[in-house]
Amino acid sequence: MKDSIIRGVKFIGLGFLEPLIRLICKEDPKKNTKEIFRKIIAPIASIFIFVGLWQLGSTALYNTEANYKIEATLKSQGEAEAQKIKECMESGEPNCQPNTLPSPAQVYAAYQTLLKDHRVIAADKKAFKEKTFEMNKKRVAQGKKAITYTGRPSFVDQIKTSLKTVFAGFFLALFIAVPIGIIIGLSKTLRGSINWIIQIFKPVSPVVWLLLVFMIVKTLTKNSDSDSSFIISFISVGLCSMWATLVNTAMGVASVNTDYLNVAMVLRLRPMQKIFKVILPASLPLIFTGLRITLSVAWMVLIAIELLAQSPGLGSFVWEEFQNGAMDSNSKIIVAMFVIGMIGFALDRIMLFIQNLISFEKETI
Amino acid sequence: MNTTNNSTIERFPSNEVMLDLIDLKKVYPTPKGDYIVLENLNLQIRKEEFITIIGHSGCGKTTMLSMIAGLNEISGGKISVLGSSIKGPGPDRGVIFQSPSLMPWLTTMENVMLGVRKVYPHATKKQKEDICKYYLHKVGMDSTFNKRASEISQGEQQRVGIARAFAIKPKVLLLDEPFGMLDSLTRGQLQDVLIDVWNKEKITAVMITHDVDEAIFLADRVVMMTSGPRAKIGDVLSIDFERPRTRKAILEHDDYYTYRKHLIDFLEH
Repeated sequence: MKDSIIRGVKFIGLGFLEPLIRLICKEDPKKNTKEIFRKIIAPIASIFIFVGLWQLGSTALYNTEANYKIEATLKSQGEAEAQKIKECMESGEPNCQPNTLPSPAQVYAAYQTLLKDHRVIAADKKAFKEKTFEMNKKRVAQGKKAITYTGRPSFVDQIKTSLKTVFAGFFLALFIAVPIGIIIGLSKTLRGSINWIIQIFKPVSPVVWLLLVFMIVKTLTKNSDSDSSFIISFISVGLCSMWATLVNTAMGVASVNTDYLNVAMVLRLRPMQKIFKVILPASLPLIFTGLRITLSVAWMVLIAIELLAQSPGLGSFVWEEFQNGAMDSNSKIIVAMFVIGMIGFALDRIMLFIQNLISFEKETI
Repeated sequence: MNTTNNSTIERFPSNEVMLDLIDLKKVYPTPKGDYIVLENLNLQIRKEEFITIIGHSGCGKTTMLSMIAGLNEISGGKISVLGSSIKGPGPDRGVIFQSPSLMPWLTTMENVMLGVRKVYPHATKKQKEDICKYYLHKVGMDSTFNKRASEISQGEQQRVGIARAFAIKPKVLLLDEPFGMLDSLTRGQLQDVLIDVWNKEKITAVMITHDVDEAIFLADRVVMMTSGPRAKIGDVLSIDFERPRTRKAILEHDDYYTYRKHLIDFLEH
């Protein structure tokens, strides 16, 4: 029972809970208390230290910015105005707060605001749907287009859009890079002849890929009214991120243990059997390493690409908030930063989970 | 005692011969010119014979074996199985490698099945499974049908390797120091497993070994190879113990030490 729970939490990447479970089961309290300190308490303490340092830093920056603002006013508009601004700042009035790194509390408040905003928009959307339900039915029956909600997307909607884009890009990368990787891994000639493409295009910046895709897709979608900004961003994400998978797959396929290949030769396996029973399973660990890198690169470049392609998502959210310059914009950007980081981490964990599920080598980190 | 010199090497009637190596030659090109590993190598192996090959490291034993397996190109001369020259590897020649070489992502059953499926394409699934189970049982691996190869010990993996090689019913079984990586206790057990299965199946076997006792215990004839380059057959020693053999009986046999001395003299000459 205990062991199977421990295996379970380890399997889903929560191995740090192991000593806690052992302690609850009254197993070796001294050693496990020490382990709990090392694996659970120390990391939590580090979070507090991080937040504390952040608080100190933001306070220092706030003071610098505030003093500068007061002095500037003092110089240009006289003492009365400066005093007014100082009072305004101290009263906590949002409009006269200096614009700088927000404190943890402000970021948390912005997080709450975003959630509330989401709830309002979601309710709005639902109401809209109910209101137009009957009408849309009729319109569809008449062969017209249904009326869709066109209001502002909430923060959560932006996250969903970003995830949709990143997965579309990831699967594009997967379906391009894995087959090509296998083919060039199998053939030395092809590997030699295609290598220059990989070496030259691998280091190209996401921005340039976006522009390239934009040139092509813009022309191709001229006559259709489909959402070209989504297409552009997911193709760019796919093209940017596929290289790691391509290189790793080719390397994995090319470096299969010769013992396995000899066995396949002696047993005279047919080419397809050889690929699916021997070569692919043997190179799976490397392919998955590639896919993990691809997914994290995809998520990283996605933000930049959305920002430039002006397609909806977290990237455009960040950019809009920056342009917006409202009082809590900075805080919202920091919220987005944490959300981006955590989703990236979660995506990596999911990949690791799948890798452990299907890989024969159990000890992958 | 029945030994022969290379110059007057014994020829057998062609209907008795399973494996025939004629004037075999192997050349590896190197930057400093060709390196001749094997030259003028002649060896005939009869049906149902168990041959062990000993010789110094690097003399070309493994090269010769992988040429017979079809994994290494032949530079000159020819190799024939039952009178017809070999072309590349094939299931008529089973190989047991030095490392077990099981696919770690497959179960022991699936590893054996890989070859069985190829050799018995028309058998039903049940029949093929029965064949796999039979051989896994023979090597003492009954309880591991559904274990992945990565989950069992090296000795157990090599047992499965033996089962895999026998299950495809090869005409010739080639063994390249199959027990070289095992501790001496496991090695003894696996020699027994091997010879047990072999006694039933009587498949012509060629085995490379470094272990003089192993060579004598298993073989009908021990083939000694000269040191390279240009290695060839130096000497052949017939081991005339009755089969089935037990290790104890052989150790107590008078001829045992004569055989042993002969082999060691050759290796140390």
